[in-house]
Amino acid sequence: MKFYKINKGLYEPHVASMKIIHQNNARCGCRETNKDVVFVSTKWNIGDYIGAIRCRLGRFRDSYSIQPGLYAVGIPDSKSDVFISANYKLSFNILRKSLAGINAWILVLDTKGVNVWCAAGKGTFGTEELTKRIKSCELEKIVTHRRIIVPQFGAVGVSAHEVAMRSGFRVVYGPLRAKDIREYLKRDYKATEEMRTVRFGFTDRLILVPMELIPAIKKSFFPLVLILALSGLTSEGILFAKIAQVGIPVVVMLCAGIFSGAAITPMLLPFIPLRSFALKGYFSGLIAVLVVYTVWGSFFLGKTFLVLFSFVGVPAFSSYLALQFTGSTTITNMSGVEKEIKISLPFFFISAVIAAGLFAGHLFMEW
Amino acid sequence: MKYLKNVATLQYKSEWCIGCGRCEEVCPHRVFRMEGTKAILIDRDRCMECYACARNCAVHAIEVRSGVGCAAAIIKSRFGIESKECSCSIENTNRGCC
Repeated sequence: MKFYKINKGLYEPHVASMKIIHQNNARCGCRETNKDVVFVSTKWNIGDYIGAIRCRLGRFRDSYSIQPGLYAVGIPDSKSDVFISANYKLSFNILRKSLAGINAWILVLDTKGVNVWCAAGKGTFGTEELTKRIKSCELEKIVTHRRIIVPQFGAVGVSAHEVAMRSGFRVVYGPLRAKDIREYLKRDYKATEEMRTVRFGFTDRLILVPMELIPAIKKSFFPLVLILALSGLTSEGILFAKIAQVGIPVVVMLCAGIFSGAAITPMLLPFIPLRSFALKGYFSGLIAVLVVYTVWGSFFLGKTFLVLFSFVGVPAFSSYLALQFTGSTTITNMSGVEKEIKISLPFFFISAVIAAGLFAGHLFMEW
Repeated sequence: MKYLKNVATLQYKSEWCIGCGRCEEVCPHRVFRMEGTKAILIDRDRCMECYACARNCAVHAIEVRSGVGCAAAIIKSRFGIESKECSCSIENTNRGCC
């Protein structure tokens, strides 16, 4: 077995931020193989913490990956456990952090830098890649047992009986959450009901909000600017005073819709009535309109078109945004989302057309 | 937290079950429970159609429609813009939703 110190030049820049320990002449009792093994620490440095945050904010996560292959934590030997991971760096980091004080191998699959759950759904964290990686890393020479621990969400793409047949390794599915691994091992590879049950609590929903809100704001930016420009139109050109008078209330309403659909609905999901996400979004959009009126009511007095625009357009807009959230949860199924779309798509279209008409009416009245 | 009722396409033939226990092991919503040498289906409405159970049933006693429950991808496919795949498929480098 050869253990290599990793040069910055050999791997992607992100790899260098992990603390890599150089092992020399470690006697592990494994049969000779000249495959590379990367030893990593189970601690996070500041770069790992910053990376974890940036992953939740934007496109940073699209290129946050590591080389697939065999890794090690502690000083594993031929009897040590083998954990399977995706090559999305956050997945890998969360796994290695949970293995503090444990000697283990980590077999990292090439999931194109995508996390376990999404990659399994796509098939990249699957039977094919797993058996291929086991063979290419010569795992049968590294360990004398024949057990590999696959994260439970990986079952979406991994067929345990097929892997056993093709690789000779028996899959046991680990707990859903890495933090339960230690306890799982103590219980001799038996997970509790709690460990096997997916949760979608407030914190789980909250960390998803930036990736709902930020894209929604980005996509709405130019339309909102256009609305402001149109609202300031007079026969003498665009007047800022008029924008403030006519356009700002419209934009405020639409922003309330963005916030209710992309942030409030996800955050308060179980507390909003009805099970349909589109209806939840509609409901919270309606509340948002009423809140804006309560706070800013005087501005809307006598402006019929504006009021109608708010009630027709904003809840529908909020509903559309809330529907997008279905792709980010672990409680929706495709059949349900298809049903929602079938009913709500015509409704969104009609609402948009009427709202546009009402907006035009509002501009006309204020001309 | 529950989603819509009576939409999940999960089908299970208990006569075929060989009692391997994999479905109970992999389901994140605990839809299957082992009772003796057979699995029983507890609550079909909890199913999120992830396919893990069907994938790991060696005797194909479980069937379920799988696919991406991503509204953006489904809407796009209705307008014929992209295949009913998530826009972050391997070939597509313009990673939209995921």
